[in-house]
Amino acid sequence: MSSPTAPTEESARDEEVLRVVVRRRPYLWVVYAVLAVILVAAGYSAATNQRFGWGVVATYFLSSAILKGLLMTLELTVVSMLFGIVLGVLLAMMAVSRTRVLSTVSRGYVWFFRGTPLLVQLLFWFNLAALYPRLGLGIPGRDPLFSVGANEIISPFVAAILALSLHEAAYMAEIVRSGVIGVDRGQRQAALALGMRPARVMRRIVLPQAMRTIIPPTGNQTISMLKTSSLVSVIALSDLLYTAQSIYGINYQVIPLLVVASLWYLIVVSVLSVGQGFLERRYGRGSV
Amino acid sequence: MSSGHAPEMVRIRGVRKSYGSQEALCGVDLDVHQGEVVCLIGPSGSGKSTLLRCINHLDTVDAGSILVDGELVGYRRRGNTLVELSAAEAARRRAAIGMVFQQFHLFPHMTVLQNITEAPVGVLRQPVDRATARARELLDRVGLTDKERAYPAELSGGQQQRVAIARALAMGPKLMLFDEPTSALDPELVGDVLAVMRGLAEDGMTMVVVTHEMGFAREVGDSLVFMDGGVIVEAGKPRDVITNPVHQRTQTFLSKVL
Repeated sequence: MSSPTAPTEESARDEEVLRVVVRRRPYLWVVYAVLAVILVAAGYSAATNQRFGWGVVATYFLSSAILKGLLMTLELTVVSMLFGIVLGVLLAMMAVSRTRVLSTVSRGYVWFFRGTPLLVQLLFWFNLAALYPRLGLGIPGRDPLFSVGANEIISPFVAAILALSLHEAAYMAEIVRSGVIGVDRGQRQAALALGMRPARVMRRIVLPQAMRTIIPPTGNQTISMLKTSSLVSVIALSDLLYTAQSIYGINYQVIPLLVVASLWYLIVVSVLSVGQGFLERRYGRGSV
Repeated sequence: MSSGHAPEMVRIRGVRKSYGSQEALCGVDLDVHQGEVVCLIGPSGSGKSTLLRCINHLDTVDAGSILVDGELVGYRRRGNTLVELSAAEAARRRAAIGMVFQQFHLFPHMTVLQNITEAPVGVLRQPVDRATARARELLDRVGLTDKERAYPAELSGGQQQRVAIARALAMGPKLMLFDEPTSALDPELVGDVLAVMRGLAEDGMTMVVVTHEMGFAREVGDSLVFMDGGVIVEAGKPRDVITNPVHQRTQTFLSKVL
């Protein structure tokens, strides 16, 4: 104890036994209490307000009409997202290309399809026959090689897919482009220096790294598409919302049927969110 | 090791290159013989990295010619003009030239092993098991046998750079280009990387090295080239250039780095 080093050893040992406690935040209990009150109130209201019509909700929730509508909504979402992503990737590749004409075409596409409302595009494709009654291929002034009536091929479903896909592609192009330009330039150079061709560099080196920044907004777009596809009710395509509307148009159970549609949208969005998290982990490999 | 009789691996004649109004290279001539180690030194902005990137056509030249093993890398000669090759043809010729970067540029989404086998499998069409076996040999050579399953982010800078060297060697290059390979490393990690490069030189690899490591240049280099303002100011045996620089600019530069 009398030696000069003793006190420091003593204090060092004291520090070793000091206990660390997490800072207490008692005000959090107030937040929990308020939340609990709000939840209970909302639950009580939902349970006791007869106008929610939970019995009607239960009747229609798994009805074949609603399930068919749900299937249509899922089809529209999946098909439009697939076309949108493929076309979007293509447009993004054109946008980052050194070839001026390709990047200009890509910019023009994005300008046009992002610049007009989706609802307008939907109605436009649906009414294409008013602009071009017959669609065909040939040389102007001569009989076409073949032609068909626009109304024969542009069914409401085709019009919906066209509108949703082409519109989505414009947004996906921007998402993919930002992902690609976010990848370090050195990656491309290192890959080129190894003798890879530009297409391979893009496919094996740049895009997989860009995926990390592409996936979150793409998940967002898919969720958004699921709900935006309900716009097709204006062209009388029987998706989830249109089916619900058709049913309450007959039985006047407006609120219960909107609840049925909302519940299904929520369920599908939840599943999509889980899938997005899975993809994010898959493409986050190698990052710390 | 340097001998005037060995065939030329790199032959650079009258190369000019500018970025906008900024002249990076103003007429460079340089020969690198087979098995020779040439070190390029000079202040930043002197054009040494640009010259290196022109050798494997990562950068285009505005005039002049660069032959590697008797072949133009990014161009085809048509009379008195050089026509740029298609990306695929340029890629094929580039595959025989290894390059190591200051910032390593390992592919972060691939393991060490995948980094090394990616190009041999994808570009040279080697069978995966053969490329893997070769990759393990190279990892052994750079002293990283136990790291093949690691991702680049889990490695130190020195380890990453050694993987980058192994990745370049996996293509069986006839020429290796090093662009300040130790400049981004912590001082205690520089030695491992230089040791690998020294081993390569001893095995007779032709190397062009942009570096600030004067010790390496003196001991391993067969010739030392000092560049400034886009031209080669002075070149010769490393010992001569370092101890007896002829030009004022070389003297000034050396007095700062030695």
